[in-house]
Amino acid sequence: MLNAMRNYYIFKSGRLSRKDNSIMFETQEEFKSIPVNDIDSLYIFGEVDINTKALNFLAQKGIVVHIFNYYGWWTGSLYPREELLAGEVVIRQAEHYLDRNKRIEIAREFVKGAIHGFVYNLKRYKHKDIGKEIFQQLDNYLNLVNEQEDIPSLMGIEGNARDLYYDMFPNIIRQDIEFDKRVKRPPNNIMNALISFVNSLVYTAVLKEIYRTQLNPTISYLHEPSYRRFSLALDVAEIFKPIYGDRTIFDLLNNRSITEDHFDKDLNYCYLKETGRKIVVKAFEEKLNTTIKHKKLKRNVSYERIIRLELYKLIKHLLGEEVYKSFRIWW
Amino acid sequence: MVNGVYINYYFHCKRHLWLFARNIRMEHNSEDVFIGKLISAYSFDRRRHEIQIVDDEDAIVMDFIDKNRKVVHEIKKSNKLEELHIWQVKYYLYVLEKKGIMGFKGLINYPKQKRAIKVELSDEDRTTIKEVIDDIHEIINSVKPPPVINKSYCKKCSYYEFCYC
Ligand code: SF4
Repeated sequence: MLNAMRNYYIFKSGRLSRKDNSIMFETQEEFKSIPVNDIDSLYIFGEVDINTKALNFLAQKGIVVHIFNYYGWWTGSLYPREELLAGEVVIRQAEHYLDRNKRIEIAREFVKGAIHGFVYNLKRYKHKDIGKEIFQQLDNYLNLVNEQEDIPSLMGIEGNARDLYYDMFPNIIRQDIEFDKRVKRPPNNIMNALISFVNSLVYTAVLKEIYRTQLNPTISYLHEPSYRRFSLALDVAEIFKPIYGDRTIFDLLNNRSITEDHFDKDLNYCYLKETGRKIVVKAFEEKLNTTIKHKKLKRNVSYERIIRLELYKLIKHLLGEEVYKSFRIWW
Repeated sequence: MVNGVYINYYFHCKRHLWLFARNIRMEHNSEDVFIGKLISAYSFDRRRHEIQIVDDEDAIVMDFIDKNRKVVHEIKKSNKLEELHIWQVKYYLYVLEKKGIMGFKGLINYPKQKRAIKVELSDEDRTTIKEVIDDIHEIINSVKPPPVINKSYCKKCSYYEFCYC
């Protein structure tokens, strides 16, 4: 019944409203009606008018709505009132945040997951040789993770590993693309614009999965709990950014589905044009829907589902029954 | 506080009981639950009178009580978990007795299978239920959830992915 649920992306400008059990999207040219039970989450890129009736309806149906600005940057999400509340989980989440040792233990796993992702990507996607010493170095960072006793130094290790990884991008990407340094706000070149955009897709995908569990999205371990972001989604996204996000980028650039023509440059910004966003979103969506046999579950699960399973593992850790070990790609 | 659902889960899977009692539920995206509700809601439409008895110790919601014939009716979708259903109804009879409502029998109806089972409460059952209730308290008050049970029906349980991932 709910298997038909999927993410909807709105690129055009228009008007969103509720009509009976459907969400209507109206533009100058067309009129589209989506049964609300089909919607898993909603991405709004266009300039969209929406009223409270529609918002209430979406919220009541537990649909997370992500909003992006003119440049395609995530600006916020409508996170409906939680349906799956369990004081138990939130209390233990807080307990694991307040106790430094417990906190760093979880934070380390997120960093390890990220660095493992770097390593897997470099191994799989390189077309120019990557020196042994790079892998040794990354391995070294992995070992150092266990030795870090506070969050800032742990973040430091992750940063170093990430820099090293990004430095190797020219050995992975077969297009001549300018990419000096990772700059986040605002992205200043094509590569940075692409990374930022894809990372926001990973982040929002994680956020939606968090909504479907009892976890509170604001209590986090690697990132400081923050009032501006759902920081637990940032934490968990670290693990999936290399494997889900970067791999989408490599594929798109290497088969030239995305080229320089898909970007626009402002005075200071570089950003994806609508045509480019559509291509990236489609590729990312395909990635999320790809299924893979899960060893322990002995059934096929989608990449999207794997994010949920990661959250279940975290809950089990918080409940004290199984030590959390972050996701490693097994395929 | 113990209720009929707890009794059900107790015999089904103690881990399920713990998770449920702690409000750790999975998304309700199971068609089964939906169909279960429909059958329960419509099959006995005309004489539908849900009866609730709630106090500090117990909470039961019975589908239908026939006062004249002194029968507690329970409606179930499938008779696969018959054993569980029987204990659930025995527990209802037990709670009724505790309230001084004596002499009732139970009838479990499986409309889909056109089948019904009679349930009576023996002395042995009374002792068992007392023990079960104590046991339930102990389980739901323990800090950690009981381990997974590795039964074939785990695959159909809403917690399957949670338990085995
Ligand atoms: S999956 Fe199995 S172990 Fe887990 S709650 Fe369900 S019945 Fe119990």
